[in-house]
Amino acid sequence: MEFLAQLVNGLSLGSIYALIALGYTMVYGICKMLNFAHGDVIMVGAYTLSIAMSTLHFPPYLAIPVSMLVCAVLGVTIERIAYKPLRQASPLAVLITAIGVSYFLQSLALLIFGSTQRKVESAINVGLIHIGDFAISGNAVVTLLLTIVLMVGLTWFINHTMTGKAMLAVSEDKGAAQLMGVNVNKTIAVTFLSGSALAAVAGVLYIASYGYVGPYTGSMPGIKAFVAAVLGGIGSVPGAMLGGILLGIIESLSKAYISTQLADAIVFGVLIVVLLVKPTGLLGKKVTEKV
Amino acid sequence: MAMLQVENLQVFYGVIQAIKGISFEVNQGEIVALIGANGAGKTTILHTVTGLVPAKAGQIQFDGKDLLKTPSHKIVSMGMAHVPEGRRIFQELSVYENLQLGAFTRRDKAEIAESLKMVYTRFPRLEERKKQIAGTLSGGEQQMLAIGRALMSKPRIILMDEPSMGLSPLFVSEIFDIIQEINKAGTTVLIVEQNAKKVLSIANRAYVLETGKIIQSGEAQSLMNDDSVKRAYLGE
Repeated sequence: MEFLAQLVNGLSLGSIYALIALGYTMVYGICKMLNFAHGDVIMVGAYTLSIAMSTLHFPPYLAIPVSMLVCAVLGVTIERIAYKPLRQASPLAVLITAIGVSYFLQSLALLIFGSTQRKVESAINVGLIHIGDFAISGNAVVTLLLTIVLMVGLTWFINHTMTGKAMLAVSEDKGAAQLMGVNVNKTIAVTFLSGSALAAVAGVLYIASYGYVGPYTGSMPGIKAFVAAVLGGIGSVPGAMLGGILLGIIESLSKAYISTQLADAIVFGVLIVVLLVKPTGLLGKKVTEKV
Repeated sequence: MAMLQVENLQVFYGVIQAIKGISFEVNQGEIVALIGANGAGKTTILHTVTGLVPAKAGQIQFDGKDLLKTPSHKIVSMGMAHVPEGRRIFQELSVYENLQLGAFTRRDKAEIAESLKMVYTRFPRLEERKKQIAGTLSGGEQQMLAIGRALMSKPRIILMDEPSMGLSPLFVSEIFDIIQEINKAGTTVLIVEQNAKKVLSIANRAYVLETGKIIQSGEAQSLMNDDSVKRAYLGE
């Protein structure tokens, strides 16, 4: 029973990682860049939630969409200002810029909110769920369910709408997509928009279990989610989902049965092992040379 | 006025001038060929027409509209489709999805369905394999898909870049037959080819390119009988 409870915890933590990893993987798929500022979008989402709920007294069902909207606008703005001018630049320049944006967001939060962590009332409050004499965390179940809904929705969006197919086309061949009449800039903007909105939800869920937000709140889940995306195969949407869930479970079980201090080391260790055995990640595509 | 009019076009890659002041025209209903050796600038010209490569100077007019000022993604809805070199189909998507993307700018579902039926009639192989992932098709089938995808936009002019490249001789003949049929059905064709003999046999007119310049032009028939063209491009 104890094991089952840990498994549920792992699944819920993993689904948060998965939601963030989706943003990394979608942006990588389309722009071939690692958006290291993605983790900090979560932090902005969490601050927004906190202001919306405690200062503006918004109910959760309003505060969550507001947070998603703010993050979506932020993601598109970051792309427009920082990354778009570098479309033709070397990958290294883009990577350094992304790290710069990450520091910028953290410093901005530090200036506005100070370094003390701020208590956030949870937007999701579901008590323990009892099944017989076994109790599991209601928040964990809500997190898991919400993530499943979002993932199914995203998968449907990508595979069944023309905008989604345009995203797939752009990620494969920008020039050919343009020849089909696809507006590449708009498609990239949509990618940043949806990835950042998902990150906002992840932020809300993360805060619901963590309870505090600070300027650096986004960096650890951001890095873990990046690991999840690479583990699953960066560029692959199902890969990000699988990688996130696996990572969450590994982390929870390590914490429970091995050592709390070693949990992170184990998580990153798993990444190293997977990359040694299968460098493209679990569901990553084989890189084929175009003939 | 010609349907497609290119005037004094100049294109640079960095400091290297790839296209050195080229002028040509394509009239409605024609098949016009650009022939020349590798590196003559044939592909660059097509890429500049559809906006994948920017021009340094010159003019490109399509139906009187300035294409150099039109963003690439808006050109297809003006009635111009481009079958790029190396086919560039979306390898990871299905045959059907590739065709759907060909009609990306069109909204009328009934008309799109009609175009799809037309493409399937012309290429029964594509209908048989509509669920198949495009990357698993043979080279010839991929070329059919690339042409079918272009036809899905219902173009008035279609630009084809080396449609015979990498295909078996049997497929080459088939593809050229298809191009002729498409033209007969009313679509103007601008075609770039290294297989000069084949393309001159279906074209109305042709331009001969050498290192970014047009060195000769005229009726395809007369070029085929021209001694210098014969020597340089027809291997006779």
